[in-house]
Amino acid sequence: MTDTPTSGVDVPKIVSSRWDVLDAHTLAGYRQSGSYAGYEGLRKALTMSPTAVMDEVKAATLLGRGGAGFPAGTKWGFCPPDVWPRYLVVNGDESEPGTYKDRVLMERDPHQLIEGCLIAAYSVGVAQVFLYVRGEMAHAQERIAAALNEAYEANLVGKNILGSDFSVDIVLHWGAGAYIVGEETALIESLEGNRGMPRLKPPYFPAAKGLYLKPTIVNNIETLSNLPWLLINGADAFKQFGSEASPGTRLIALSGHVKNPGVFEILQGTTTFRELFEDERYGGGIREGHDLKMFIPGGGSAPWFFPEQVDMALEGRPVGAAGSMLGSGAIVVMDDSTDAVAACLRIVRFFARESCGKCTPCREGTSWLEKILQRIFDGDGRPSDIDALLDVSDNISPGPYPVAAWAEQSLDAVPFPPKQTTICPLGPSAVAPVVSALRRFRPEFEAKITKRDLLQVAVEPSHV
Amino acid sequence: MARFTEANEKLATEIVARYPRAKSATIPLCHLAQEQDGYLADDAMVHIADLVGVTPAEVLGTASFYEMFKRDPVGKYLVNICTNISCQLLGGEELLAHAEKTLGVTSGSTTSDGMFTLEDVECIAACTEAPACQVNYRYQHAVSNDDFDALIQSIRSGDRDDIPPHGTLAKVRQDLVGDRIANVSPPEEQGQPVWIARHSQAGAAS
Repeated sequence: MTDTPTSGVDVPKIVSSRWDVLDAHTLAGYRQSGSYAGYEGLRKALTMSPTAVMDEVKAATLLGRGGAGFPAGTKWGFCPPDVWPRYLVVNGDESEPGTYKDRVLMERDPHQLIEGCLIAAYSVGVAQVFLYVRGEMAHAQERIAAALNEAYEANLVGKNILGSDFSVDIVLHWGAGAYIVGEETALIESLEGNRGMPRLKPPYFPAAKGLYLKPTIVNNIETLSNLPWLLINGADAFKQFGSEASPGTRLIALSGHVKNPGVFEILQGTTTFRELFEDERYGGGIREGHDLKMFIPGGGSAPWFFPEQVDMALEGRPVGAAGSMLGSGAIVVMDDSTDAVAACLRIVRFFARESCGKCTPCREGTSWLEKILQRIFDGDGRPSDIDALLDVSDNISPGPYPVAAWAEQSLDAVPFPPKQTTICPLGPSAVAPVVSALRRFRPEFEAKITKRDLLQVAVEPSHV
Repeated sequence: MARFTEANEKLATEIVARYPRAKSATIPLCHLAQEQDGYLADDAMVHIADLVGVTPAEVLGTASFYEMFKRDPVGKYLVNICTNISCQLLGGEELLAHAEKTLGVTSGSTTSDGMFTLEDVECIAACTEAPACQVNYRYQHAVSNDDFDALIQSIRSGDRDDIPPHGTLAKVRQDLVGDRIANVSPPEEQGQPVWIARHSQAGAAS
């Protein structure tokens, strides 16, 4: 099996410093390469109190890299005092369309992830970590299993780590193919051996009641992979990079119609979309002979952006204020050859297939959206279909959409984050591409529908 | 087909022992059964139910939720072609159409010789290497029509030892058994970890 091709080229390399080193996935390779010596972050953490480690992570404002962008240190602090045990569940179920960074971290630098898990476990007071890796990622599972075996052998995981009184197990667990399991309460259900359906909220955070109804921290792979560097270099060094509200770096998977797609470590809040698309170190420009039509700034669930937004920096808050999200760091670039209806249909179809079926608006609504879009795409659309799309969308994620069918202006007022009639954001995510595409490319939908009407006139008798 | 063999039953017991509650081992054991038989057989689910202490219906209830568990035999090689957005933009749907022609089956079905099952799948996290596909969950990046035909040809002529038969995922397992396990017991029996207690006492004293 070949390694995953990547092209991280920017400095500083906080999480991707070993990607060019062939044996970085082994313990020897981890100790000898990259921007710090392996497991030095753990050694440093063990000299500090668990509270001091948590304070350092809080001070660094390490935002979660899974999608919601919640500060990791704050999340750790939500565990109720004196309720034991606490669990750490690592979310390696990367499945958001366009997202491709956690797999690279797991395949290329598994020890960095393990070290991050250990630092978090030490600080939070966790004695059992469950590392949930997406089922389809056989190579990542192999790399992590091998790394864990090495780490246990070297007394870096298990009983009395490095001679201290800190003991923790890390259990590698494989998923089995379900996007929804990336939702943290669904992940916990799946880990308990159940169908991966999200739990009803509240409690909003599994830190209150999670795995086996005990306090549980769910962290993303990339979030935890930041911890070794953060502990060695300190919160102040971490905050030198990126912006004040979003310090540090982020891994971005840039895919679609750019000359040089790849996974890049970029500065949060500093690098702009334009730089990412055009700079030779990153995307290298839109495909020859084409112009940018639209792009998805944060995975399939994110509302689309258009050419006027390319000068925005990659930072959670402004992107959120502009009506979308950076989500899981997945940017999909679509040039002027892209059929907006086809792209919208494909993303909606994804959510229809992946709906877990627990909430009616999502279970029924996403497949209705798919069916309507399919018939528009096939040239069988009805004139009322655009209103139907907006009406169904409104029932999944209440917003101004039905009004928008008659008054196009109000389509600009897409609420984000969306309101929802469901217990998790999967259903509302299917609404994002529909409203994005209709808001900007409504004539493309109408053209497909009109084409069908003309055919109908030609074949139907006029005297009926 | 079958319940676990003796060797796999031992492995299954070791896996169950890693979890605070046995039911958590349901999915790992379903993977093990699928590795043994190539699919998840009814008898295997009954055996898993015994091992994790639930009813066979509960195992079926869990397993039927997850796409990777095949309750009927599939081809020796499961060919998954991604057609989600990043791959669609760079020809994933065309690759799927080509694969249907090459293999002579429609998406979701198996070739008559039982070698290949073709599936149209959702994002497999290879978005920058589109269009991508997996054979038995082994990645193939930036696949052209010719690449695809060459891949199928090499599998047919037995040249792809790196791709194990369907059901086998990671070929390296975590070795976490017996004395090596630092801490596993039901949550009710767990208290405050010692290092936390030591530090909170030190904090209280100072």
